[in-house]
Amino acid sequence: MAKPKIAFYWCASCGGCEEAIIDLHEDILKVAELIDIVFWPCAMDFKTEDVKNMQDNEITVCFINGAIRTSEQEEMSKLLRKKSQLIVSFGACSQLGGIPGLANFWDRESIFASSYGGKCPSVDNPDGVVPQEVSEVPEGELYLPRFHNTVKTTDQVIDVDYYLPGCSPAPYLTMQAITTILSGDLPTKGTVLAPNKALCEVCSRNDSKPEKLSIDKINRVSLVEVDPEKCFLAQGIICMGPVTRSGCNGENDGRCIAANMPCRGCYGHPSEVHDVGAKMVAALASVVGLEDEEDMSEADVQKLLDQIVDPAGTFYRFSLAKSYFRRKIMTDSKEEK
Amino acid sequence: MKDFEPKIVCFLCKWCTYSGADLAGTSRMKYPPNGVVIKTLCSSRVDPQHILLAFSKGCDGVFIGGCHPGDCHYQSGNYKTKRRIILLKKVLKQLGLNTNRLRLEWISASEGKKFANTMVEFTDQIKKLGPIPKINCE
Ligand code: SF4
Ligand code: SF4
Ligand code: SF4
Ligand code: FES
Repeated sequence: MAKPKIAFYWCASCGGCEEAIIDLHEDILKVAELIDIVFWPCAMDFKTEDVKNMQDNEITVCFINGAIRTSEQEEMSKLLRKKSQLIVSFGACSQLGGIPGLANFWDRESIFASSYGGKCPSVDNPDGVVPQEVSEVPEGELYLPRFHNTVKTTDQVIDVDYYLPGCSPAPYLTMQAITTILSGDLPTKGTVLAPNKALCEVCSRNDSKPEKLSIDKINRVSLVEVDPEKCFLAQGIICMGPVTRSGCNGENDGRCIAANMPCRGCYGHPSEVHDVGAKMVAALASVVGLEDEEDMSEADVQKLLDQIVDPAGTFYRFSLAKSYFRRKIMTDSKEEK
Repeated sequence: MKDFEPKIVCFLCKWCTYSGADLAGTSRMKYPPNGVVIKTLCSSRVDPQHILLAFSKGCDGVFIGGCHPGDCHYQSGNYKTKRRIILLKKVLKQLGLNTNRLRLEWISASEGKKFANTMVEFTDQIKKLGPIPKINCE
């Protein structure tokens, strides 16, 4: 019988998700003899033509990491969808937009203005050259992919079968996913291949949360000494644990928690949450300023909550592109009272 | 924007504002019909996700009515609501939404007049803001 064919592709990604495949170490060798890797531009020499020449559905499973920022990434994703029986959206950028999705607080125009218009200190562009989709050169026309206005998740562009969450996905989950898919005993379409519990539920610091948790000051990890045993929220440090899916470190404390850093939410939301930012507003507002709530004026509450620097960026750090709004609205900025 | 009739979702706590709205109705007070009422058990039952979903589906305004401080049927739900709305407004502002599209008021069961007036004012305010912009996800 022919071996199952596997492909890996990257879109708007940092390369970390490719690294996460390499991190399978000798585990990959266990499956390597059972499969054929037919496309993996990051690690092996393949061309788009090779994919185009394949039959439809020839690839058994294709793992796509990275968000969709450009027309080229969109076209490649569509091509791979056509050639693959299963598509696994791999990693936070692909599943939720991830860090590249934070660009959705701006649009193409403002990004170009800052990157090429002299506002970006690390870009030396004295002539103000702006990349063009088509440029004339003596040899003919040159093309660049179109830079979309909005960063999209893989499933906003193509049909996705499964998701492997995380920035980047834990190797054990990737191995589990590969083994499950190769076994042919497929989970329901749309399944996120990780536990569905919230991170707090597996956190050893959860018990240190007082029964009635009330935060009267927001602290930042860089500015306080962090107690290595106490729940971050109980220390006034924003931790995304309540709205984040567990699994980054098995049934143990989250990887960041174990390193004494709060969770930033890279595993995305458990299935009962739909908009991470809004859910975090609910979770946090429930515990901030609980103590003297009857006596607090609106101004007091405002002052307390103003301590949260950049709430939208913090709550939607990995998930803006997958949120209800998907991006910032650029045109509703009439004067506010 | 003469012909613009805003779509407004009103989440009303059943113990207070919902009855207030009822009173406004039975007393035949006049107010604009733009609000679609959803009865909730307490203002704190309104998940910020509901509000974001409403805006993302094209609602021009969202109104939440709860019990006066000290009067919440569940003791402290309305304090929580207040904090949530303040924090949510900070997030909505960063998302580019004019936060005047979201309003929280305490209106008791006996304040039919206040409910009617608030609806007049809020509808008028949303009319001035115009329709919520389409989110361009190209
Ligand atoms: S999910 Fe994380 S590791 Fe993977 S491409 Fe995105 S930023 Fe990199
Ligand atoms: S908020 Fe963070 S530190 Fe606290 S229990 Fe949850 S995951 Fe652990
Ligand atoms: S603790 Fe949170 S941010 Fe850190 S790896 Fe786990 S899910 Fe990601
Ligand atoms: S019961 Fe009315 S606001 Fe809680």
